[in-house]
Parts: sequence; C-alpha cells; structure tokens
Amino acid sequence: MNSMKVINKKNILILIVIIVFYAVAQALINNGTINNFYEITLATICINIILAVSLNLVTGFTGQFSLGHAGFMSIGAYVGALINMEMNSTSGFLAGILAGAAAAAIVGILIGIPTLRLKGDYLAIATLGMAEIIRVVFLNMDDITNGAAGLNGIPRFTNWMWLFIFTALTIILINNFVHSSYGRACISIREDEIAAESMGVNTTMYKVMAFAIGAFFAGIAGALYSSYFYFIKPSIFGFMKSIDILVIVVFGGMGSITGSVIAAVVLAVLTTFLQSYSELRMIIYALLLIVIMIFRPQGLMGTKEITDLFKIVKKNEKNQ
Amino acid sequence: MNQFLQQLVNGISLGSIYALVALGYTMVYGIIKLINFAHGDVYMVGAYVGFAVTTYAGIGFIPALIISMLSCALLGIVIEKVAYKPLRNSARIAILITAIGVSLLLEYVMMYFVGAEVRSYPKLLDDSVLKFGNIIINIQQIYIVFTAIALMLLLQFVVKNTKIGKAMRAVSADRDAAQLMGIRVDSTISFTFAIGSALAGAGGVLVGIYYNSIDPLMGMMPGLKAFVAAVFGGIGSIPGAMIGGLSIGILETLVSGYGNSMYRDAAVFAFLIIILILKPSGILGKNTKEKV
Repeated sequence: MNSMKVINKKNILILIVIIVFYAVAQALINNGTINNFYEITLATICINIILAVSLNLVTGFTGQFSLGHAGFMSIGAYVGALINMEMNSTSGFLAGILAGAAAAAIVGILIGIPTLRLKGDYLAIATLGMAEIIRVVFLNMDDITNGAAGLNGIPRFTNWMWLFIFTALTIILINNFVHSSYGRACISIREDEIAAESMGVNTTMYKVMAFAIGAFFAGIAGALYSSYFYFIKPSIFGFMKSIDILVIVVFGGMGSITGSVIAAVVLAVLTTFLQSYSELRMIIYALLLIVIMIFRPQGLMGTKEITDLFKIVKKNEKNQ
Repeated sequence: MNQFLQQLVNGISLGSIYALVALGYTMVYGIIKLINFAHGDVYMVGAYVGFAVTTYAGIGFIPALIISMLSCALLGIVIEKVAYKPLRNSARIAILITAIGVSLLLEYVMMYFVGAEVRSYPKLLDDSVLKFGNIIINIQQIYIVFTAIALMLLLQFVVKNTKIGKAMRAVSADRDAAQLMGIRVDSTISFTFAIGSALAGAGGVLVGIYYNSIDPLMGMMPGLKAFVAAVFGGIGSIPGAMIGGLSIGILETLVSGYGNSMYRDAAVFAFLIIILILKPSGILGKNTKEKV
C-alpha cells in the first residue's frame, strides 16, 4: 500500500506546491509588489479561508446549517487577544491562538449537544441565537472585554508566515478529516440522517464532533484576526459576519474545500475594489446569493475538488 | 407591584407589534415551510413607506397605515414570485439562503437610497398620557394595541370564514391534494404572502410611531424576535403567533425593567433555545412525526 506511507509522491508534491506558494507571496511582499494595502487583503483572504473551510465542514460536509460561526470566531478573538496582551510575546501569541481555539471548541461542544438535535431551519435559528448570546455576553463583561468599546492595542504578531501556516494547516487537517472514516460518517449524515443512523452511525456524536472542529478552527481565525487588526469589539462579530462566511461557503460550493478557497479569494478581491461603496458591496452579495441559489444551487464547484480534475485527466489517459 | 403592572402595559403594546410580524412568519411557514428571513425587512419597508407618505404627503394615521399595508402586500407578492417561486421544489436550505439574500437586498437597497442614518418619525397620534394610580398609559399604546387587535380579528375572519381562507388552510394541510381539488395553489401562496407582508407593514408603521425612530436595519432584530414568538406559539398557528408575540414583548420589557436592558436580546434567544429543546412544536403547534 503505497498510499499508507507518509513520504510518497503525492505528499511530496503537495509539500512542494505549498512551499512554492509561500515563497512566491513572501518574495512579492519583500519587493513591495504586495504593499501594505494589499497585505490587508491577503490577511483577510487567509482568515476567511480558515473560517469558510471550517464552516464548510459543518454546513457543507455534515449538512448542519449553522448561522453562528462568528460567535466561535469572537471567542477565539477575545481569548487570544487577552492572553496576547498579557504575555506580549510570540509564545504568548501562539498560546493565545491555542487557548482561543480550545475555548471555542469547548463552547461548540456545550452548545452543540443540545442544539444539534434540531434540524434545518430550527438549527439555523438556534445557532444564530447562540451567536447573539455570545456577543451580548462579551458586550456586558465590561471588566474583562471593555464592553462595546472593545479591546484596543492588541500586540501584532500575526504576519504572512503565521497566516500561511495556519491556513495551510486548516486546509490539510480538515481535508484529511473529511477523507477519513469520521468524515465519511459526517457525509452520510448530510446525505440521509435516518439512513445513516440505521446503518449504525452515531449521528449525534459525529455532528457534535464536526461542530467542535469547526468551532476550533473558527477560534484560530478569530485569534489571528485580533492580533492582525490590533482592535476587536463585539459588533464586528455580529449576524452579518456569520452571513459573510456563509456567502463564501455557498458561493464556493457546499462540500468543496477548493470552492471555499476560491470563493474566499474572489470575494476578498471584490471587497477590496468595492471598499468605498460598502452598501453596493452588500447589494452585490445579496444578489449573488439569490442568483446562485436560483441558477446554480450547488455553488461554483459543487462538491468537486481541484484534485478531481487530475483524476479525470488520469482516467482519460488510461482509456486511450 | 406598580412597576410590574407598568412593565406589563409596555410589554403588551410592544408584544402586539411582535404579534403582527409573527403572524406573517407563521402563515408563510405554514404554507410553504420557509422561514422568510426577509419578513423583518418588509416590516422595515412598511415603516419607511409610512414615514414617506406622512412626511411628504402629510396624510394622517389611518390612510398612512393602509397605504403602507398595500405597498408591503405588493412587495411580498413580488418577493415570492421572483425569489421563492423558482425554488419551490429545491432543497430547503437553498430557499433559506435565498431568503437571507432577499433580506440583505432589501436592507442595503433601502440604505443605498435613503442613507444609513436614523430618522425620526412624525408624530401621528396623540401622545398624552393617562394615569391610573402610578401606572402611566400613553394614548399611543392604546391605539397600537387596538390597531393590532383589529387587524388580528380581521385576519382570523379571513382565514376562517372566506373562500380564500379555506384555500389557504387546504394548501397548508396538503399542497398536492389541494391542487387536485381545483385550488389554485400559486395564487393562494401569493395571497398568503400579501396578507403576511401587509401585517408586517402595519407593524412597521406602529413601531415607527412607538419608538419614534426608523433606520434601514431596524427589521433585523424585531424580525428574529417575531420569529421566536411564532416558534413559541407553535409555528403555523395563528392564535399561537398572537400569544407568542405578547409573551416575547412582556419577557423583553420585564428583563429590561428588572434586570439589565443589555441582556434583553440574549434573554429572547435563550428563551428560543429552551423552547426548541423542550417543546419544539410550540405551545399550540401540532406534533409531526418523522417519516422515512
């Protein structure tokens, strides 16, 4: 079994692609082609990729419609920022990310166990309500979170290297999860929950697991965000932020990691160009959602990945 | 005790507005099983129409209410025909996402044209106060409660006693069977949207008068709360929506009055999660069994 070895052709190829991608972007930053303004776009892209891929695990692969992803992001952002401000060092930054992600995952489990019994529309509203509750709690913990004014002067440790490392890690780990037996169980829940249950899949466990993993990575994204933009306040993580993430997932295709990545890039670039017309941007987002749902409900990529493209090429070669 | 009664009075007037909005949610959900996220924004449009006709045309409360209801009914029909009808047979999640899209579209198109700033509503109703001991009742609150009750009675009459009401109940019970019996399903669904949206428009005008301010994002939170009210009362049930609306209004004013008004929204959502876990069909809803 060639594929069982860690060092095989495929993994080496993936590693090379990752390193080349990183080096090219780093070189562009160094020689100033990507200036400070575009660097913000780059950071937004990375953070949105982490958010969208993790939401895709919950909504796209497991089929649990969540409207509360920004809530988990805010937990990561606050926990990360508080630890980061206390320690003010790279190790503090990393500890903050880890603690923020862990806190988000724990809250994810606590909220997931009761709410994931609900289905479809009800689950969407319950997760939305839960994110609102998290936001209101942060808003009212004046002593710790400084209430509506938010936390200011968070030390900046997030740079292109850390963003890239965490984005790549998120994609690789979630991709591996989806292709494991756990991931197949999650997909079976999306396809038909009753059938999955009768085949012996512990649906509650897998739903909570997907929810917790999604929350974990959303926590990472939140901690990276807080350390990149110096400043967080509860209103950043409102209902609209959850919708922003959902738009990326839907646009890219629910059930396609490649789709989420492409959509995060496209929408971030679009946002950069429409920066001074924020209302127009939201109108375009809204029309995009409606038009995609009417004409291409499976999104840009459907459930296909970029690796499927190579498989098709290989198959054609074999046939000839 | 006095404070409690005072909060109760405020809660009932706020709750009757929620009930009007909740009725639209519950009717639409009953007939096509869709959480119409855009419903809260129809209510916002209603408030703006009321604002426009009273400020620029200078007309009174009742005509403004009627114009606002008619324009919202039209808007509801357009939304249903353009956005929801093409998706009637696709996955539930697709329609839900479309509804979110329509909601954003209404909010930001409105913001694009009228600006994001808060506007103060013209004074349409007498706002003198009546005092019963220590309890203060604003005449506006009486108008609001009575308008809401009148509209709800009208709706109850339409649904129970008219032909189109019978058609609505038939389509909501079984769409295919209703079609086989010769009921025009499409126009019945449009009519349901029209009525629900008209009630939301009335709610918008009333809330504009009550809070004296409107803005393009005003529909988001009340819309969600009205949905909570509809779920609490039992989604699909008209009396349920009324009871739910009043309960949520009272809960909200009690939390603001006795606790911390910042926790108001959190309390409503916590309440929703508790209902969904304990009795997802709501207090007047029917239990549905899961079928394979």
